[in-house]
Amino acid sequence: MLPDKLKKTLEKQIAHTDHPRELVVDAMLALQDHYGYLSDAAVEEAASLLGMSALEVEELATFYTFIYREPVGKYVIHVCDSLICWMDGYESVKNYLCEKLNIEVGGTSTDGLFTLLPVCCIGYCDQAPAMLINRKVYGDLTPEKIDQILEKFRSEA
Amino acid sequence: METYPQILLENRKPDRIITLKEYEQNSGYVALKETLKQHSESDIIQMIEDANLLGRGGAAFPTGFKLKTVAADAPFPRYLVCNADEMEPGTFKDRVLIHTNPHMMIEGMIIAGYTIKAEKGIIFIRPEYESGAKILEREVRRAQEAGYLGKNILGSDYSLEIVVHRSGGRYICGEVTAQLNAMMGKRPNPMQPPPYPTEKGVWGLPTVLSNVETFACIPHIVRQGPDWFKGLASTDTGAGTKLFCISGRVNRPGVYELPMGIRLNEIIEKYAGGMPAGSEFKACLPGGASTGFLPKAHYDIEMDFESLKKVGNRLGTGAIMVFDQNTCLVDATLNLTEFFARESCGWCTPCREGLPYVCDLLLRLENGDGEEDMIPILEDMGKHLWSAYCAFAPGAAAPLQSLLIHFREEVEEHIGQKKCPFKQ
Repeated sequence: MLPDKLKKTLEKQIAHTDHPRELVVDAMLALQDHYGYLSDAAVEEAASLLGMSALEVEELATFYTFIYREPVGKYVIHVCDSLICWMDGYESVKNYLCEKLNIEVGGTSTDGLFTLLPVCCIGYCDQAPAMLINRKVYGDLTPEKIDQILEKFRSEA
Repeated sequence: METYPQILLENRKPDRIITLKEYEQNSGYVALKETLKQHSESDIIQMIEDANLLGRGGAAFPTGFKLKTVAADAPFPRYLVCNADEMEPGTFKDRVLIHTNPHMMIEGMIIAGYTIKAEKGIIFIRPEYESGAKILEREVRRAQEAGYLGKNILGSDYSLEIVVHRSGGRYICGEVTAQLNAMMGKRPNPMQPPPYPTEKGVWGLPTVLSNVETFACIPHIVRQGPDWFKGLASTDTGAGTKLFCISGRVNRPGVYELPMGIRLNEIIEKYAGGMPAGSEFKACLPGGASTGFLPKAHYDIEMDFESLKKVGNRLGTGAIMVFDQNTCLVDATLNLTEFFARESCGWCTPCREGLPYVCDLLLRLENGDGEEDMIPILEDMGKHLWSAYCAFAPGAAAPLQSLLIHFREEVEEHIGQKKCPFKQ
């Protein structure tokens, strides 16, 4: 169940627009932040808030890269695998993360903290190789830097 | 090193945005004040046309002409959209511009909005740029508090509100008609015009959509005139400055504001710090992932829309990705095609079915399982991509087609040697 406060905030935003479904991505992101991922219940809730059918929400949820329809870790790591990062060491960054987190690409670490996903160019080619963690960027990656970043998130968790 | 005028990145700070106050102290919002006080809508459009401002998002569509196509009797409310989706691989200039001076593009949006009497402004931004989205939300609010946005801007009859619309993240959302669907909360498939967005866009209403950098040019054109703007370019065919993003095998990757039409070798050698020791220029993609490989014969080409068109290529977004003699371009094309295949919206066949097939053939070539007859198949597939619905599919064909034209020998070596010649 959606907490009243979040529900009211969303309802207020929705009441403010002529076309509620314009806010579907915002609503999905907010529900995802609350539940940790966009659960079946969240799809239903988004649909009823926006006056859409669950199917209409579903076809968007499965379309967008940053909407997760399956459980993910507290921190979602998106490693850029497009051209410049690929030239500048995507493969070794990915392998290093897999080794450190003891997971495959697409997997979640056993402590539930990290999910590792590849992603297309994130617009930080001047800082390649780069990755996003919960939509914040980390560039010019080296093994040492990755260790520090993971450590920071572990200590905050 | 010759220093060229910095217009869009003027007073760039190393670690923070330029504040509204700082921008105002530096002629910020002067163009808007002049516009509302003394220029008609058609005056402004004429200035933008005379300045030969071409869209900086990749398509190079004339901005003045686009504004003119909104009919005088078109219905209201009208929409103005700033495309900050910037998902073209290799491109990061809009990110830098937003983090340098968000108010320049906001001012440009207001002036452009005034010319078409737009009441609703939307900044459509990719989720990877969450920091940019937060900056824009805050600075839009500040612009509103200062009277530059909202009801009766600076006491005039003109009103405009701007909202920031976050995308859920997909390459196709950068395509104009797909972006319209995305903004309406529909599945972002492209739609084939006509009707064009300036006639029927968001919710069937007139919509003008342009890129961040394009909007940022507008206040300068209004304040300093079309002739001044054209004079910034180093070629007769070009106009203005261009934010070039340079990455790959160079010493100083980054965004450099340089005259439109500056030569490629000057950008690489003087501004990007040259190539690393031992690296030699082999090719580059001159304008993002959906442009073709530019071979060494054009190393000194003038980087404007016309010059690249003449050699069968495109300036695109001005994102230059540099490759040296050790880069396997078959492998690079495979990486690019994997990107396009994954990001295809799946709406039409050439892209949905064709790109995975191209990937498969390229992968086999790269792994040493290539055969002679794969080359004509790849050529055919490149042609088929041109029959897709939207302009992104021909873009996806560009690296492949240019590989087969300019680096055919390299492809044949993969077949002849039964392995990638670049791998030990």
